[in-house]
Amino acid sequence: MQPDLTTRILNDPNYQALKAKRSRFGWWLTLAMMVVYYGFILLVAFDKPFLAARLGTGVTTVGMPIGLAVIIFTVLITGIYVHRANSEYDALTEKIAKAALQ
Amino acid sequence: MSARMLARLLGAITLLGVSAAAMAAGADLGQAEKQPTNWTAIGMFAVFVVGTLFITKWAAAKTKSAADFYTAGGGITGFQNGLAIAGDYMSAASFLGISAAVMVGGFDGLIYSIGFLVGWPVVTFLLAERLRNLGKFTFADVAAFRFSQTPVRVFAASGTLVVVAFYLIAQMVGAGQLIKLLFGLEYWIAVVIVGALMMVYVLFGGMTATTWVQIIKACLLLAGASFMAFMVLYHFGFSPEAMFAKAVEVKTGIAAAAGKPPAEAAAQGFSIMGPGGFIKDPISAISFGMALMFGTAGLPHILMRFFTVPNAKEARKSVLWATTWIGYFYILTFIIGFGAITFVLTNPQFLDAKGGLLGGGNMAAIHLANAVGGNVFLGFISAVAFATILAVVAGLTLSGASAVSHDLYSTVIKKGKADGAAELKVSRITTVCLGIVAVVLGIAFEKQNIAFMVSLAFAIAASANFPVLLMSVLWKDCTTRGAVIGGFLGLVSSVLLTLVSPAVWEVTLGYPKGSALFPYASPALFSMTIGFVGIWLFSILDRSPRAAQDRAGFVAQQVRSETGIGASGASGH
Repeated sequence: MQPDLTTRILNDPNYQALKAKRSRFGWWLTLAMMVVYYGFILLVAFDKPFLAARLGTGVTTVGMPIGLAVIIFTVLITGIYVHRANSEYDALTEKIAKAALQ
Repeated sequence: MSARMLARLLGAITLLGVSAAAMAAGADLGQAEKQPTNWTAIGMFAVFVVGTLFITKWAAAKTKSAADFYTAGGGITGFQNGLAIAGDYMSAASFLGISAAVMVGGFDGLIYSIGFLVGWPVVTFLLAERLRNLGKFTFADVAAFRFSQTPVRVFAASGTLVVVAFYLIAQMVGAGQLIKLLFGLEYWIAVVIVGALMMVYVLFGGMTATTWVQIIKACLLLAGASFMAFMVLYHFGFSPEAMFAKAVEVKTGIAAAAGKPPAEAAAQGFSIMGPGGFIKDPISAISFGMALMFGTAGLPHILMRFFTVPNAKEARKSVLWATTWIGYFYILTFIIGFGAITFVLTNPQFLDAKGGLLGGGNMAAIHLANAVGGNVFLGFISAVAFATILAVVAGLTLSGASAVSHDLYSTVIKKGKADGAAELKVSRITTVCLGIVAVVLGIAFEKQNIAFMVSLAFAIAASANFPVLLMSVLWKDCTTRGAVIGGFLGLVSSVLLTLVSPAVWEVTLGYPKGSALFPYASPALFSMTIGFVGIWLFSILDRSPRAAQDRAGFVAQQVRSETGIGASGASGH
């Protein structure tokens, strides 16, 4: 990439906004995923009786919906990021490209 | 559960998920007994092979340039690539291994599957689009973007080849065992068939054929598993509670038959509904979780799939599709595992004299296929399991071949001046070499316990490839020296710690129990730290002129990684 193009993009406020927003959002979601996953693992390691408690009168335990919820959470959080990136961030990127390449 | 058993279990589990390798689960699959020749399964597999060979012929016509060979010319859509990535992940091992683990341990099986899934969001948030924006053919393109090419490429190619080698051997041994089991073929014949077909796909069809074989297999596997889960739920009137209740009853009955008093038998039966012995030692659990989570982000054959899509938008879509399919697939395997408890463990037709599964523990899903769909469906599922291994080894071989031809030959030896035709030729020669090596080692390792090989591949990917990739992309002060030294430290420490861990030192090498120097099941927590600290330390200490140039290059790299402006359009640039 030519140096002047890089400088032009760097000075574009849209680029600064994109970089800050996306990086903040990405790290927050990463943190959320870590908390959910390691929270689940620590629950398994330290509070087995809680996960093995019956939900009602049947045999289904608290752990079952929690486990299912972790799987669904994983897919959803990926979806949330991709949705925002493919609409908001890509629109910003397009603006930046337009401004830089004209 | 003893530490050693945990280690073995973890070793086996590592195999289950991410890679087909799991079939490799030598420990798990054990020395499979040869079954009677299954002609239905062989017939269905033959149909799959003929179909994929036609695809290869079609792909060969499109595979003219190096870009076609490595990345299918960038013409794969996000949806297709998502299926292919999911296919790489939904190995025969995860299908057979996780459903078997659920059949044995119930809820514990769910814990494994979750471990395999949670790496994907992290890949999406931090790496997927940056990879696509910076890279062309291999992950080394990204890691070496602003650095001195030769040392970083040599490191990345070593990381790739070591991971690919361990994986391939594990796959080949797993393939031989599985096929002996499912088809009733001789071990060596199975290994040669896998090696030969894989070479044909990669040599002639390149990435296009490899991807389509993977997509077709993913669809067949998802369809087959969906059908099995549907039949199980249908039987219980779509009530999970009814399914769980019956499974607990069956497990209680088995415990009572083994001579347990009623109260103890009931407790043992109910134990499948909660966490059991999987996590005794939190350090092993977390270390193992890290290997899975971050190893995924450092596996070369997965990373190269991000270069087959045209842009960052499609790269993101592909991870979303992959995560969706993989999550869905793990829910299916959970239902299949419970189905196996209620349909397979209660049917003497599938059991041996001691009450174990005919053909070994990993046969849960296979017997369930027979129970819910008869002999034809059994053949279908067996054929899909074989196809799965084939598709994964093809992807692995392609990724090894591109490390040699693109990173070593074209960039290091020819200093980027190799012409496309020569590079393509080198990658084809490498494909043949890798194929022959895989077959020979696959046969040589037939009787070895190779369960540790896939754990090792994951640990290396998490401790060497991933830190270098992440730091080079996100940390501006990272330098060539830091990346190379830190990367090699991560590589060497993960290999050494695995060697002196119980799974290898005691189980495979046969030293006395308790003599292993490293007590935990996975080295990732430690070796990843060594890798990251190494990169950081040797980067900040680096005062060379090259370091100044590396740091100065960060801004331009960042602009491109964030915006994709100037990125390769994925085809013949």
